[in-house]
Amino acid sequence: MLAYLSLAAILFSIGMFGVITRRNVIGIMMSLELMFNAVNINFVAFNKFIVTDSLLGQIFSAFIIVVAAAEAVVGLAIVLLLYRNWQGINSDQVNVMKW
Amino acid sequence: MTSPQVGIVFWIIAFVMLISAFMVVSLKNIFHSALFLILCLFSVAGIYVLLQAEFLAAAQVLIYVGAVAVLMLFAIMLTNNLASKKIRQANRNVLVGFFVSVIFCFITLVLLVKTYVSVWGKLKPQAVLPAQNVLVFGKYLMTKFMLPFEVVSVLLLAALIGAIVLARKERS
Amino acid sequence: MNVTPFVLLELQPVFIWLYQLLEKIGLSGSWLTVASYTGLSLFLFGLLSVVALFLVWWERKISGHIQQRYGPMRNGWHGWYQTIMDGMKLLLKEDIKVVTRDKPVFFWAPIIAFVAAFVAYVVIPFGKGLIVADLNIGILYILAVTTFTVISLFMAGWGSHNKYALLGGMRSAAQVVSYEVPMVVSILTVIVFTGSLSMVDIVNSQSGIFFNWFIFRLPFGPIAFLTYITAATAEANRTPFDIPEAEQELVAGYNVEYSGMKFAMFFLAEFINMFTVAAIATTLFLGGWHGAILPSWLWFLIKTLSIVLLLMLFRWTYPRLRVDQLMEFAWKFLVPLTFANLILASWMKYARWYW
Repeated sequence: MLAYLSLAAILFSIGMFGVITRRNVIGIMMSLELMFNAVNINFVAFNKFIVTDSLLGQIFSAFIIVVAAAEAVVGLAIVLLLYRNWQGINSDQVNVMKW
Repeated sequence: MTSPQVGIVFWIIAFVMLISAFMVVSLKNIFHSALFLILCLFSVAGIYVLLQAEFLAAAQVLIYVGAVAVLMLFAIMLTNNLASKKIRQANRNVLVGFFVSVIFCFITLVLLVKTYVSVWGKLKPQAVLPAQNVLVFGKYLMTKFMLPFEVVSVLLLAALIGAIVLARKERS
Repeated sequence: MNVTPFVLLELQPVFIWLYQLLEKIGLSGSWLTVASYTGLSLFLFGLLSVVALFLVWWERKISGHIQQRYGPMRNGWHGWYQTIMDGMKLLLKEDIKVVTRDKPVFFWAPIIAFVAAFVAYVVIPFGKGLIVADLNIGILYILAVTTFTVISLFMAGWGSHNKYALLGGMRSAAQVVSYEVPMVVSILTVIVFTGSLSMVDIVNSQSGIFFNWFIFRLPFGPIAFLTYITAATAEANRTPFDIPEAEQELVAGYNVEYSGMKFAMFFLAEFINMFTVAAIATTLFLGGWHGAILPSWLWFLIKTLSIVLLLMLFRWTYPRLRVDQLMEFAWKFLVPLTFANLILASWMKYARWYW
């Protein structure tokens, strides 16, 4: 169990590193997916080793997967819109809140 | 770890997962990092199989590899120029980000080990997960977690409509 | 099964005998598992390669006869080993590589396509007791692993560094993702009735006489079958939905730049995918290996090959759709239809208006 949780922690840190350092918005979203997955691994591991009387953890992970999918869809739509308006999708170019 | 075979499989999957995750955040070519993201998510599905969450594993592959990753590849193809491969992908925070992540990782690991030694290691699980738990999963979704299930469906619908509205070309 | 002379032709005892033979020569525990699964997968690999070669030949014959010519005639009786010769030619040909290609992506794309085409067969029941592993998520597993085909098309399109290939890859991704929705929903219609994702349970729920096959469950069975076949044709990238490799528009789509061995891998994977969707249709809608008199695996082959024949007739008799027509057909016609069908089926299941 410790192995699974440590794996998730390292994965989460890698994702965090990506979110902080990436310039490309799609890169940031990919790192976000990594972090979501790290959290999911935690839920499922807890479900397997500690809360074994119900499938609470797995169901929560399923919900997280669905929410992540929704987030990715909206995020990518925003990325396309950004590209259409700025001709580039780097996060440091987008520094104008109002046109 | 229940048996040595499971242990070996776990270490292989963990190795693949961490390497590919690192590739995702560090590669210069964004298309390559998206492909490594797919590999990483696939190995996460492998971890789910080891943790007796077969349904979740299949859903993971189906949703992430089949939908999210494809969408990302799509967005990359639409927004990148084929010619301009060598763009600087990292911003100025690389050093800061690296230290923050390493420190965060270190602290989390220490906390995990301490909590494991003091609390979780002494806990005994009340029951073992049922081996074929897809049916149980479905029943939970339809009874105890009915409301969240419906809320998530509405959220998906909202995301769908929102994405269509956002990405639609304005006709004038 | 009743006792008939053909019952001796069932293949299950052969595999049980082989397993016991492995046990006898002293293998035990995990080694036995490893050895038996390796043997099974090698056997499956060989079998599917033969099937794919046969399908290529069959397609050429059918296309020829539809166009009032004979098709391959030179090698053997009606050219029966034409595809073997073609395969050897492809293996011996020079592997042309574009200089500007994306090296690792270009290299891995055909391999992923090839593997993704094969791994789905782990859970397909070929006959009575002939299944490699009866996973409890069976059909979901197939849906999950076959999504890797899209990734491989994408990789091929990107790695080739060619605008036609890239267009083909993008079109195929859009198409496969769109048609995945009606396909999954029409499969769900079956799952609502069987109450299980396991392929063996699905087949067993259709046992008995003919009319227990899911396609005869009126009125939603035939609708689900037709929508599934339509969506599956699109999933397997075949005409009338072969926009990704429309020869007249895109030269050859995602595999323009591939040659030799790698092209052969794409080609075989395509035909194996066709066999996969036909096998899934057989298992879900046509009662799998159930049938009278003949041995079960033969029934499975007959049903699957008839669906493959149907797909081939589609290919050589229908014109191709335009991209916008393709998308409109998926989202404005197939998706509402399949969802209405699913709701109807669940309502009838709830009200117990079925047999």
